[in-house]
Amino acid sequence: MTMKKKVIEVENLVKRFGHFTANDRLSFDVYEGEIFGFLGANGAGKTTAIRILSGLSSPTSGKVKVAGFDAGTQAEMIKRNIGYMCQKFSLYEDLTVRENIALYGGIYGLSRSEITERTAQLLDRLRFREYENKLISDLPLGLKQKLSFAVAVLHEPRIVFLDEPTGGVDPITRRQFWEMIYETAERGITIFVTTHYMDEAEYCDRISIMNDGRIVALDTPSNLKKQYNVSSVEEVFIKIARPAGS
Amino acid sequence: MKRFLGFVKKEFRHIFRDYRTLFILFGIPIAEILIFGYAISMDIKNAGVAILDLSHDEVTEKLSGKILSSGFFKKSADLLSYEEIDQVLKKGKTKAVIVFEEGFGKRLIREGKASLSIIADGSEPNTATLVTNYTTAIVNDFNIEMAGSALNNALKIVPEVRMFYNPELKSYSMFVPGVITLILILVSALMTSVTITREKEFGTMEVLLVSPLKPVQIILGKVTPYFILSFINVLVILAMSWLVFGLPVKGSIILLLVESMLYILMSLSLGILISTVSSTMQQAIFISLVGLMLPTILLSGFIFPIENMPEVYDYLSLIMPPRYFITIIKSIMIKGTGLLYIWKETLVLILMTTVFIGISVRKFKVRLE
Repeated sequence: MTMKKKVIEVENLVKRFGHFTANDRLSFDVYEGEIFGFLGANGAGKTTAIRILSGLSSPTSGKVKVAGFDAGTQAEMIKRNIGYMCQKFSLYEDLTVRENIALYGGIYGLSRSEITERTAQLLDRLRFREYENKLISDLPLGLKQKLSFAVAVLHEPRIVFLDEPTGGVDPITRRQFWEMIYETAERGITIFVTTHYMDEAEYCDRISIMNDGRIVALDTPSNLKKQYNVSSVEEVFIKIARPAGS
Repeated sequence: MKRFLGFVKKEFRHIFRDYRTLFILFGIPIAEILIFGYAISMDIKNAGVAILDLSHDEVTEKLSGKILSSGFFKKSADLLSYEEIDQVLKKGKTKAVIVFEEGFGKRLIREGKASLSIIADGSEPNTATLVTNYTTAIVNDFNIEMAGSALNNALKIVPEVRMFYNPELKSYSMFVPGVITLILILVSALMTSVTITREKEFGTMEVLLVSPLKPVQIILGKVTPYFILSFINVLVILAMSWLVFGLPVKGSIILLLVESMLYILMSLSLGILISTVSSTMQQAIFISLVGLMLPTILLSGFIFPIENMPEVYDYLSLIMPPRYFITIIKSIMIKGTGLLYIWKETLVLILMTTVFIGISVRKFKVRLE
């Protein structure tokens, strides 16, 4: 595997809110084209870290580089080079499929011809032709989620952040969704994903597990299972990640 | 800029696809104007008028006949003395009493001048105004006819209008300015706070914030359509108040429009402020309704004159932006005054706008941290 080029570099990242330390000396790298799973119980500090990586918030101290730009000082440049899909569904319900694609294409600065071209590609790839002029509110959840992901990578970002992208979706759609993730990673787009489903964690190239603001494990799923002598990531998770406060 | 325009286009789509939004935007103002407009124009058909004729001569009979045959009025009673006026007005059927002084006809011919009193029931201000205006117009018409037929051109009947119960007719003059003030704060503050919190609630705000759009662009993109639509609303209300009420703008219409823009801007910044402190649409609606709509209706002088309020409310109304705008718009529309008389109120609105924008920007940043 030739995944040596770093797209995310984090060294001693600390984020404090008053006396509360949400992120405590995080250090990790993510390589180009990698599917990086970011796990942790609720309140472990995942959301804070993602907000910093996506340029929404700046670190208290430490070095954070995303797509080669510094998260403290070059947040605007980071935003141009990443895609983002959050757990709440992020398309506009009262706009059509085509209008949503055009809107996000425009926001990310694609030209009109690029938007037309990529819209056509996207509709064909997802077999969405019959839905192109339907309102999002008329689509089933699974299709919305697929479209949402496709829109998040429409501008060919270096990295795409997926914050619990498959919440509330049936297993078949989840499987299809992960196929899309694999295809995208093969195109060289790095996937940074958080999830609550431990079977999904098994699909990642590498995973990190956070607990109480720290990263307590970081390796490939198979190495972690070997290390803790268990048969699934779920068991690894239960062994090391206590919910915050308990 | 292209990004921004695409974003504004999307916002317009949201508005035009949601019937409820469209209804609040245009349905309510038009309905309010029509309801008030038609309620008034129906009342003036066959309004009860009592006649107190102390002279009973040829001229008074001719004039009262002309008034009663105009189609606007219907005689409700013939009075014999001044004492009966109060009684007959209190009964409610009679909207006005027309009083011819003693020796009306003789005085008119001898002195060239006679006076007629119109005493109207001011507790129904809209009707009272219309009744007195119509009667005055009929009397003036009569003067012209007389001038044509009589040898002496200087013959003149002078109508004297008196209002019982509500001498200054507060609410009528307040109505159109009041509706504009209310609608603008409703559309601008309520709708923008709701549309911004909607993005928060649905999670799209997060996606927008992660995008290369700057927060300023997001906020401007969200409020620009509402600014434009609110302004169109002002034009629609002014046009309708002119067509339905016959209420023209006495002062400078440009000044009125500029002041309206300032007030829209103030309301929009209030809406943004509300959206930064509320995380759900319901919260935004609640704050807008209880915090803005009710005080606008109750404390701005729209319905209840500030002069009649207990002192506490008077002071309380000092912090309500609508109070200043009502004063401004009333001065321009009804009194026809210029900026010289309303610069203080204008300054207060500018100050308020600046403060609201300042706080919103700070809040918005804090939330991002």
